[in-house]
Amino acid sequence: MKTKKNDPFQHLKDWIENGDSALEVEMQDELDDTESQPLPKEPAGPQKKLFVLDKKNVLKRLNIWYAVAAFAVCLALIGVLVYAAAQLPKFGGADTLVDSEVTAFYVENTMEETGAVNIVTGIILDYRGFDTLGESHVLFIAVCTVLLLLSIHGEKDEEQKLKADAYDRHFEPHHDEVLQCCARLLTPLVLIFGLYIIANGHLSPGGGFSGGAILGAGLILYQNAFGYKKTERFFTFRTFKLVSLCALLFYSLAKGYHFFTGANHIPNGISAGHVGNILSAGLLLPLNFVVGCVVACTMYALYTMFRRGEF
Amino acid sequence: MQLWQNIPLFLIVCPLMCAVVCSVLKGKAARGVMAALSALVCVGMGLVLFFSARMGESYAYPMGAIGAPYGNELRVGITEGIVGLAFSLVIFLSVLGGWRKLKADVPENKIHLYAAMVCLLTSAMSAMTFTNDLFTSYVFIEISTIAACALISATNKGRTLYGAARYMLMNLLGSGLFLLGVSMLYCLTGHLLFPQIEEHVKMLLSSRQYLTPLSLSFVLMTLGIAIKSALYPFHTWLPNAYASTTVASSALLSSLISKMYIFLLIKIFFRSAGAQLFAEGIGDFLFMFAVVGIVMGSVDAIREHHLSRMVAYSSVAQIGYIFLGISLGTEAGMAAALFHILAHSAAKSMLFLASGKLREVSEKGDGFRNVRGAGFRAPLAGAAFAVGACSLIGVPLLGGFASKIFLAQAGIELGGWRMAVVLGALAVSTVLNVIYMLRTTLTLYRPSGRQEMVKSPLRKDVCFTVAILALIALNVFLGVAGGQVMEWIHRGIALFV
Repeated sequence: MKTKKNDPFQHLKDWIENGDSALEVEMQDELDDTESQPLPKEPAGPQKKLFVLDKKNVLKRLNIWYAVAAFAVCLALIGVLVYAAAQLPKFGGADTLVDSEVTAFYVENTMEETGAVNIVTGIILDYRGFDTLGESHVLFIAVCTVLLLLSIHGEKDEEQKLKADAYDRHFEPHHDEVLQCCARLLTPLVLIFGLYIIANGHLSPGGGFSGGAILGAGLILYQNAFGYKKTERFFTFRTFKLVSLCALLFYSLAKGYHFFTGANHIPNGISAGHVGNILSAGLLLPLNFVVGCVVACTMYALYTMFRRGEF
Repeated sequence: MQLWQNIPLFLIVCPLMCAVVCSVLKGKAARGVMAALSALVCVGMGLVLFFSARMGESYAYPMGAIGAPYGNELRVGITEGIVGLAFSLVIFLSVLGGWRKLKADVPENKIHLYAAMVCLLTSAMSAMTFTNDLFTSYVFIEISTIAACALISATNKGRTLYGAARYMLMNLLGSGLFLLGVSMLYCLTGHLLFPQIEEHVKMLLSSRQYLTPLSLSFVLMTLGIAIKSALYPFHTWLPNAYASTTVASSALLSSLISKMYIFLLIKIFFRSAGAQLFAEGIGDFLFMFAVVGIVMGSVDAIREHHLSRMVAYSSVAQIGYIFLGISLGTEAGMAAALFHILAHSAAKSMLFLASGKLREVSEKGDGFRNVRGAGFRAPLAGAAFAVGACSLIGVPLLGGFASKIFLAQAGIELGGWRMAVVLGALAVSTVLNVIYMLRTTLTLYRPSGRQEMVKSPLRKDVCFTVAILALIALNVFLGVAGGQVMEWIHRGIALFV
């Protein structure tokens, strides 16, 4: 390998110029570095250098063609897609060929059958509840993957923790009066608004996903203004695990019960209630709450993981 | 509805719940849950297969009180039972075989998350096997993609992260194309369930309306799945992802994840009238890609000098076989493709487990120079590698032989230029397979003069021994009872479409 470089993009440049093998060699070097082994230095004779230069030039020329080809393929794909999209039946047109049997059924029956005034909620949590069960686990799996990659919780290496803390101090504002004042004012409002959206999910536009995102944003705002210590008084890693566990287990159990009873034609004992009330629409309200909890926790966890790697 | 007909529902929901529970448990308990779950799912799939074979017809299971076409739906039959059983067995045996290595490779404070990922993957596998709904498939494609990425990057080393990042980029592209295709098809038909889509696509085809977007939607879905399952020109993410991670992950990835997508593609073609569109020309494109993939995958494997990377490249060729079967567009072709999914899953997971063990008993990684004589140091792993290699080459009495026969039969049945190309590709690729597989096996059994230097840590690894023996038995079973299995597949296909 050549001498140590400071250019942060050197990896990328090397990779572009020399393909995968260069990056792998580079990575191997880095691994060696951490184990503090001296790099073996290659003698760089003039003849060898000439050869490298030549090869590089050839590769560079190839590289340009590669970029041009990629660009052309992209353009072609865009062209084909736009052409096909222009031929699709017009959205919402009266003379479209699309069979609107399903849509008509939803519009006519959702309110009666599920008790949801907001038809979208009725569809995603009831008729197509299986998809939404999957979707909420997509969030869970995303946060698990981030934990797997970035979490330093339970790490034995104390040095790494100290390093992460030191790094994090760049981002931790100390008593930023303006921010704290605003946060004190805004956080309760944001949280209440989030809860409102979740609770009214079956009545007005909104629901667990959007409300949960707002809740998460409120948590992040509070955390930004007041730091980890104050947030830890009410939201720690344990809280996160507990809330996610209960929420997702409840979701799976409730939907499992719903599917089971529905498929076997057993009366499930859940009534739609008085349409339009907050406490109505059977399972939809608790499910919205559960989804909201999961989304809020996920948002906050993703934020802390990318920032410090720990709650 | 009879009680056993609810089993598929539990096979999907229970793994989801186990995953959530795993994520809060301690490492050891989580691993226990993972192993117990994967064993249970095997039993469940076996029961589904048994009962549906006894019933002799497939049934639709509505997810909720209101079924098709307004709600979600599962569809269960013999084919689903066979595929599900094979996949769940592979999950169980891969986890079992990589058990010891898993403890070494994945940090203790992360292992519960790994277990959660395996549970989620199991759930996605069941869901994609049974679902009768295009959008549900997309949701679980998403879950399995992210889970696979996590499984690759669990070891958290430089090279694995690089492999995982590449995997993620390519697979997200694939998912995106698939989603575009699904939404276009939804625009045209207004349905997401296969039976309704089929009805409408047939209508559109007979009236020759919206032909361009219709074919494009099928092309996009096929392209997405081709990228995700590493058909030849889109395979560049594969070797790094498969070869650099922990053994259990690579066995799972190579033998399960890409195959799940292919099974979905089979559903799309044969349940939503894609096969009829196929006859109009898309099939030939796929056919060409498959043939090129069969040859080029093998050529790449020949050029490779590392054991696990070579095994990974040979996957590219094997995926080519499966696509070849599908692209013939006939029932025989589809049955051959399904059989090859089973045969390749059994052989490839065994090869990865074995090569992991062989790497373990050799110093300095798994370059061919280093694994010389490894067959003596780890006798069982060496034997397993030899069996797997023979199966992929197509030695009689093993799974690969049966599937090559069935593919050739499907080609001959079709006749014409396709027959010539299929037979030619099979012949060429068998020769290429022999070149790289036999060379590797011989390397493994070439005395290196330092057998004494590395003591085999294999002796007490009971899990690995059991898993490998079971996989060898599975390969032999597929080879010996290939005709019987094929008969079952044909029975299933009659109900499948």
